Amino acid sequence: MMGSSFFTPLSWNDSGFILTGVLNTVYISLVAIIIGTLLGLAVGFIRAEANKFTNTLLGGVLDILRSVPLIIQLILFSTYIGAIGYPLDPFVTGTIILSLYTMAFMSEVFRGGFESVQQSMITAGRSLGMSYWQTVAHVRLPIGLRAVFPSWLGVALSVIKDSALVSVIGYMELLRTSEQLISRTQQPLEILIGVGIFYFIVSYPLSLYGKYVERKMAT
Amino acid sequence: MIQIQNVHKSFGSLEVLKGIDLDVQKGEVVSVIGGSGSGKSTLLYCINAIEDIQQGRIVVDEIDVHAKGTNQDKLRQKLGMVFQQWNSFPHLTVLENASLAPRIVSKLSRKEAVEIAKKELNHVGLGDKFDEYPTRMSGGQQQRLAIARALAMKPDYMLFDEVTSALDPELVGEVLDTLRMLRDDGMTMICVTHEIAFAREVSNKVAFFHQGVIEEMGPPEQVIANPQKEATKKFLSKVLH
Amino acid sequence: MEYEFHWNIVFQKMPQLLSGAFVTLHVSVLSMLIGIAIAVLLAIAKMSDSKMLSLPATLWVEIARNTPALFQIYMAYFGLGAFGIHLSPYTAVLSALVFVNAGYLTETFRGGFQSIPKTQYSASKSLGMNSIQIYRYIILPQMFRRIYHPMTNQFVWSILMSSLGILVGMNELSGETQRLQSLSFRTLEFFMVAAVMYYLITKFVLFSTSLVSRKLFKGDI
Repeated sequence: MMGSSFFTPLSWNDSGFILTGVLNTVYISLVAIIIGTLLGLAVGFIRAEANKFTNTLLGGVLDILRSVPLIIQLILFSTYIGAIGYPLDPFVTGTIILSLYTMAFMSEVFRGGFESVQQSMITAGRSLGMSYWQTVAHVRLPIGLRAVFPSWLGVALSVIKDSALVSVIGYMELLRTSEQLISRTQQPLEILIGVGIFYFIVSYPLSLYGKYVERKMAT
Repeated sequence: MIQIQNVHKSFGSLEVLKGIDLDVQKGEVVSVIGGSGSGKSTLLYCINAIEDIQQGRIVVDEIDVHAKGTNQDKLRQKLGMVFQQWNSFPHLTVLENASLAPRIVSKLSRKEAVEIAKKELNHVGLGDKFDEYPTRMSGGQQQRLAIARALAMKPDYMLFDEVTSALDPELVGEVLDTLRMLRDDGMTMICVTHEIAFAREVSNKVAFFHQGVIEEMGPPEQVIANPQKEATKKFLSKVLH
Repeated sequence: MEYEFHWNIVFQKMPQLLSGAFVTLHVSVLSMLIGIAIAVLLAIAKMSDSKMLSLPATLWVEIARNTPALFQIYMAYFGLGAFGIHLSPYTAVLSALVFVNAGYLTETFRGGFQSIPKTQYSASKSLGMNSIQIYRYIILPQMFRRIYHPMTNQFVWSILMSSLGILVGMNELSGETQRLQSLSFRTLEFFMVAAVMYYLITKFVLFSTSLVSRKLFKGDI
């Protein structure tokens, strides 16, 4: 056997390893999307309703989250908590940063959604006797959220792709597991193509669905 | 009854209502006519506290609308309002549009709310459209939905803000018919309108708004058929060409 | 907190950080220029009636938009090795960015083009304009206004994504930061400065593009 003693080719035994990667990717993406959406909803609402001062302050913080590369944020945060003596599991670190990053984008989406609800719709609700919070729950939320569903989906799909970066801090998501496999098997092409297909299969149907919803809403 | 006493209203530095006095008795139909920007719609928004006032008082059934302690959300249950742009809730069916407020504001059970909604929807002629979405209907149908939606709250007074102005001509009739029906039911109504002939036909009282004040007020035979003031005459000649 | 901050070493190495930032900028700018050029062709291909043209274009666009940027970089850097193509870190990152930018910009251009109402064409035609005039004076200026903002966003995205060069040993800002901090073990300080630099670069780009847009669009649309 010519020099292949160091490298072992891809085999079916590796499928368990890859599957772990896949599941970890899905897992961290889902958590970040859920937390990012909930926080983004709250922050988006606050920004739509609050006075100029709160708005600018929040806006500034969110701006920073969107203007520094995700990878830098991950490295910075994990280094920082290591330095102050409270190191966290890569999953936890990754979840925190990825969720905050997602929230920053989601809050813009939801803020736009709230602001897009016409005042006249809200007035109609109030004229029927609805209290402020009733108009929020029954008029602004349902109408505003429906309007921004495609944008929300866009951000959610980006999260799935960005989850690959959490590999940098040691989280064994799909790309990281594939990296390890590549260095062991020296078969980068096959593995990468497989990985690419996975991301594509998850993302493409969802993006088609988003376009379908967008088209329906335009009529 | 509704009593409007010396009401002044400004938007910033622009004074839109410069001292309005108007009484509306139970069962009366009052039409408010006048040019754009004369403050007619603003008055309606002041009556149901969507807008505030800078001076004067508005009293609805002995409740001072703009007093500190007044529960305005509760007050608005007595006052039904229908807008020029109907503002139907696009994400709800016709039935849901009409039954939502009775359910969450009047705190009726879903069954009771739906029953009331159906009754009013039938009353305005939308009995076959319960599960339709408003955006699929014509303007006239959506406006009738808006009327039914307001009626479902069992208001004592109905406020109509130019409810036919945004409609295609052939749809105006069905909405006016609905208004006539409400008048026959004995509803107390304040209608801001451009439909002079309609105002003349249904009203007990017509108020002509001009530059923020009521220039002339009285029964339609007088204000519309036989106006006394110059401004009224000028307005009517422009509108009734 | 037991960590002691030592900033001096960072400031000493500032010139190198700045040269890293410069690399970030020029790889981003280059990726946009090349990406735009390709996107124009892809957009035309995608809108054409010939399946032979529109299918490959769609394939490019959908792969670019539905797979992670990091994946693209790994493909360029590691994957092509299987074909005997060994790209430098810079070229690998550049190719990946170009690939993704071309994909997203194609959709931007196509959307911008198709969002112009057909009535604009009829109106200009009835005024007697020929096709070239219609495109030059009516269609393209309107298109430009619609794609300007998405294009600035794509540029900012390129700048931020170039940071992935750190993973393939590239010498842009993140890569330089990594190299310098591994020599001095002042990880936190170096990466904090890098974060601030990215923030400033992004703010600067957004500020100047909005200035330019105000000049160009003077309040219309």
